[in-house]
Amino acid sequence: MSVEVKNGLDIKKTIRELIKQHGTERAELIPIMQKINADFGYISSEAIEELALLMNLPTNQIFSVATFYRMLSTEPRGKHVIQFCESAPCHVAGSRQVWLALQEALGLENGQTSKDNKWTLLTTSCLGACGIGPVLVIDQNIYGNVQPQQVKNILSRYE
Amino acid sequence: MKAVRSMVLISNDTESIALGANEVFSAFQQKIQDYGLSDEISISFISDIGHNSAAPLVIIYPEAVIYGPVKPDDVLDIVEEHLDKGHIVERKLVPAHELSEHLTWLSSRKGTLPAENRIVLKNVGLIDPENIEDYIALDGYQALGTVLGKTPAETISIIEDSGLRGRGGAGFPTGLKWSFVAKTHIDKKYVVCNADESEPGTFKDRLVLEGDPHAIIEAMAIAAYAVGADEGYVYIRGEYRLAIERMKVAIKQAREYGLLGKNIFSSKFSFDLHVHAGAGAYICGEETALIESIEGKRGEPRSRPPYPTTFGLWGKPTLVNNVETLANIPAIIRNGADWYRSIGTPSSPGTKVYTILGNVNVTGLIEVPMGITLREVITIYAKGMKGGTFKMAQTGGSSGSIIPANLQDTPMDFDSFKTASVSLGSGALLICNEEICVVDLAKVLLNFFRFESCGKCNPCRIGCQKSFEILSNIAEGIGTLQDLEDLQMMANQLYELSNCGLGQTAGSPLKDILTYFHAEVESHIRLKVCPADTCPMSGKTIYHVGQEVKITREHGA
Repeated sequence: MSVEVKNGLDIKKTIRELIKQHGTERAELIPIMQKINADFGYISSEAIEELALLMNLPTNQIFSVATFYRMLSTEPRGKHVIQFCESAPCHVAGSRQVWLALQEALGLENGQTSKDNKWTLLTTSCLGACGIGPVLVIDQNIYGNVQPQQVKNILSRYE
Repeated sequence: MKAVRSMVLISNDTESIALGANEVFSAFQQKIQDYGLSDEISISFISDIGHNSAAPLVIIYPEAVIYGPVKPDDVLDIVEEHLDKGHIVERKLVPAHELSEHLTWLSSRKGTLPAENRIVLKNVGLIDPENIEDYIALDGYQALGTVLGKTPAETISIIEDSGLRGRGGAGFPTGLKWSFVAKTHIDKKYVVCNADESEPGTFKDRLVLEGDPHAIIEAMAIAAYAVGADEGYVYIRGEYRLAIERMKVAIKQAREYGLLGKNIFSSKFSFDLHVHAGAGAYICGEETALIESIEGKRGEPRSRPPYPTTFGLWGKPTLVNNVETLANIPAIIRNGADWYRSIGTPSSPGTKVYTILGNVNVTGLIEVPMGITLREVITIYAKGMKGGTFKMAQTGGSSGSIIPANLQDTPMDFDSFKTASVSLGSGALLICNEEICVVDLAKVLLNFFRFESCGKCNPCRIGCQKSFEILSNIAEGIGTLQDLEDLQMMANQLYELSNCGLGQTAGSPLKDILTYFHAEVESHIRLKVCPADTCPMSGKTIYHVGQEVKITREHGA
């Protein structure tokens, strides 16, 4: 099996490095996985096995934690991840029309990644920016007061 | 700070940053340099207070002129006209109706409305949250010093006497909770700040963490001294990146000043803090799920009892308090329990921070004494309804209550709301006009709960999913009268059988729409008409009991 490499980082080396910094206490599992997710975009089965080995935990325990939290992914995601808030305050502010425009512009449904791996489209629960709803987040950038006709323009800012 | 002629303050809360505050900041730096004014004018960030419609704000002292929303293109005019020539740029002033006088520095200019009373948000927007000196200059850490001269029991009795009740939603008396932890005779105890603010429509804790992180550190140290803990965690939801960063900076500064660590103020008391960033799960706001999550596990609530006050983090007695609850503590210690009791209502002393959202003219954040009514909030602070008349409000976030127009005048405090079977919850006030369909709103809420249910207990996992399906059928015009009974049953079973608060409250929107808006739900089923004209059934061909029926608006007329 070839070793997973992204952004010049080798997954096994990265995990060993992280274990060195954080130690092997169970409480460090989530902070370590957050770092892996940030660097590699997701937590691969290879990463889970390596963590299990080094932290002396069963793989199913690690998998169950990785799949529980919304900000951790066990599937590869596109280059840009779009999170669209579907909670009630954004709904009242008119989010449904924005969501339809977003789906149409991307040709994607909730949870899908585009064929060219550019986009992953996800819905999310409240992001705590309700004062400027409807809200969508692309990677780390929050867009507020989004109108359906603005969607194409926002997407065009990403390569 | 060296003497300057003018100060430019730019709001940089999360919303302002999203709307371009950083670009505005760089533009000011560049233009001020171009005009050779760098020595005379200082530029700094200031944490805004939730006036989103005018963000990013630019405030210029000493004139206290407020511009907003400011775009990088506007900067040249402001620098040239205002800072260089001294003329106010009228066209960029924030319209008066966008500002409420809770901007403290404006109180001298305005002040025609009933005043807010800021305890929790006292420093937010006034101090540089990344500078501990600013906090100390405004009596910061004075309360911690006072407490260390008292016994832990004296400290707890001040909090008990103040009547402070937990602001996380349940309204449990804070002093009593502290005394439960204090009574346990175990060497190791923990204090945890619940900052996993995920209740839809709530962002008050974020503003406190972003704008006044030292208040939380001071309050946690006081709590730790009172209950006998020496270690604490601040559990901040992972999406709040700025709040996490600010809290880390604040903890580092507090350590450098000897306000965290060993032998604080040369006493025998030692206390240190860690930040735990959440990984995205609404359920982690439940205190036992939060504890599981800190321990590195799935955030699934524990069965209780035992309660965290006796068996919490790593099995040790643990005090879990919400951000807003903690933010009250230093002020209570400084001013005394009697002062606190003089604010609010007798059974719910103090203030409450509300987030006003939805179909109103001004959205944002206010801190007012307990007991104000919803109608007052809408008329005075939200400047009235937008796009139609009041139909309903959802109070306390998704796990709260949907209330109809006739409950608008109920005083908003824990006991009055409890009598009216309404939840005050997190203080979110989502205000809806008649264009919002109750079935559609309930569908959105149950969609949230079915997604956020942790899946540990069946009533919640299955009940939320099933309720969502029934509501979807009703919204699509294929609901039956049996569905009404089923929804009522779901609401009851969710409440009675779920293991934790998530499932117990997931049924409240169902119960509320069936109680207050029965006719509207029934019209979706009997007449196949959505009175708000939102649900997809209107004007569509649907199949009902094997028979094709063309639905038009006339059916309901």
